[in-house]
Amino acid sequence: MSANMVAVLYLISALMFIFALRGLSHPESSRLGNIFGIVGMIIAIITTLMFKSVLSYVEIGAAIIIGGAIGTFIALRIEMTALPQLVAAFHSLVGIAAVFVAAAAFYDPASFGIGKVGSIGTSSLIEMSIGTFIGAITFSGSVLAFGKLQGTVSGKPIVFKFQHTINALILVIIISLIVIFVINQSPSIFWTIVIVSILLGFLVVIPIGGADMPVVVSMLNSYSGWAACGIGFTLSNNLLIITGALVGASGAILSYIMSKGMNRSIISVVLGGFGGEQAASSVDDNSDKIVKQGNAEDAAYIMKNADSVIIVPGYGMAVAQAQHALREMGDILKKEGINVRYAIHPVAGRMPGHMNVLLAEANVPYEEVLELDEINHDFPMTEVSFVIGANDVTNPAAKTDETSPIYGMPILDVEKSQTVLFVKRSMATGYSGVDNELFYRDNTTMLFGDAKKMCEDIVKSLA
Amino acid sequence: MEAHSSEVFVIGLTVFFLACIIGYYVVWSVTPALHSPLMGVTNAISSVIIVGAILAAGPFGHDTSKIFGIIGVVLASINIFGGFIVTYRMLSMFKKKPKKDKKD
Repeated sequence: MSANMVAVLYLISALMFIFALRGLSHPESSRLGNIFGIVGMIIAIITTLMFKSVLSYVEIGAAIIIGGAIGTFIALRIEMTALPQLVAAFHSLVGIAAVFVAAAAFYDPASFGIGKVGSIGTSSLIEMSIGTFIGAITFSGSVLAFGKLQGTVSGKPIVFKFQHTINALILVIIISLIVIFVINQSPSIFWTIVIVSILLGFLVVIPIGGADMPVVVSMLNSYSGWAACGIGFTLSNNLLIITGALVGASGAILSYIMSKGMNRSIISVVLGGFGGEQAASSVDDNSDKIVKQGNAEDAAYIMKNADSVIIVPGYGMAVAQAQHALREMGDILKKEGINVRYAIHPVAGRMPGHMNVLLAEANVPYEEVLELDEINHDFPMTEVSFVIGANDVTNPAAKTDETSPIYGMPILDVEKSQTVLFVKRSMATGYSGVDNELFYRDNTTMLFGDAKKMCEDIVKSLA
Repeated sequence: MEAHSSEVFVIGLTVFFLACIIGYYVVWSVTPALHSPLMGVTNAISSVIIVGAILAAGPFGHDTSKIFGIIGVVLASINIFGGFIVTYRMLSMFKKKPKKDKKD
């Protein structure tokens, strides 16, 4: 196949990927988009297999089958509530694959047309080491993020002295290593870059935790794209450059949206350490205030007699796997002629769009699921807000209390509705460690218990 | 020495910036409800890095580079299959359900 032919096929493949993202502008076009993505990938792989230098079809075929079988198995088995972990795990694979490709190019530059061993062009070496560096950070950062989301590692932000100084120092070391690598092209320096970058990846994610996880996951998504870009530059492959840039931009935008949803700069999220310390200051100063408690029957009665109910789900709903029971409750209310809608805060859950997927899984029509900007002005006209598993995103302190760590964060105005039903396991604070004054308001009724059990009990009482 | 000429690099850079701009506009048009599938699909397509791994695994023989290439192919394949399938699963949940609402 001629070089021009290859370039054209790669271009088609890149266009397919753009269409794949474009399709996601609406749920109805999204499935076609996914198919475009698959077609683009098939074109890319077949085109590459047609290269004259590609001969060992058996090994490559076996590798694709093994990897494909593992990927298929995992993707079919995974619970939708575990999506954030899965995505983090997948990011780590992109990262480490980038490192392996860079290493392969370093050990056999001739196969990629970038020179001979020991005399690889300077620009190729720089691009190679940048790709390796980003790939390795993506890998270890994602592994740690996976651990935090899965619960194998404490989800709490871990902060220690001189954290940022140490990270900056490591970055300087990596840059110096890259300079040395470009000069002497030594394999041992290459692997040192890999190891130090892996270390940096861990250190970058360690101080970030809890409610900041959506930002971390999006950021790693972005990194995995830039890693692919770095490899694209090394191999002078436009397809990799385009795709990497698309993915990088996507992750960056998601990170931006998530940080904005918390009214924090990306920088402050990246520097980490949110939550944890503040928790201590606000404990117990509300212990003498009165909290109105209710049970499932009260909740059922209140909602049955309302005209409109807005359900506000949060991460707690995912943890309790309450989405199906919740939808059942919503269905019964709808049959009673009540206007039932769902309000999603941008940072609800542990990854962007997490709540939307869970509600869709439970067969909630997506037209009933609204974003913060779309529904926030409806709360004053709403009789009941049913908050389930969310906390910080409903805290009015974000609007009134300048000293609060969550001050300025856009919140769902549930307190403006006539009645707030708040499903919660205990009086514990949310991930920000801030007490929620909403609990003590006159129009709030607390429903203590497991989110799923509570929904099931309400369903029973409604029947 | 300069097998990788600066001209090639500049072309790559041009492509890079244009792709970033396309990415910027395309991603902002994605509806927030589909941000999770967006991560799934970007994850799958970023594994196009498999192209590099295949090139490394291509030649006959058993040198280091080839082994790295094969490992790369396996890892990227996990992602490609896993990413597209999990995205498919998510998106099929967003299908318009046939209205079997028994409104009586």
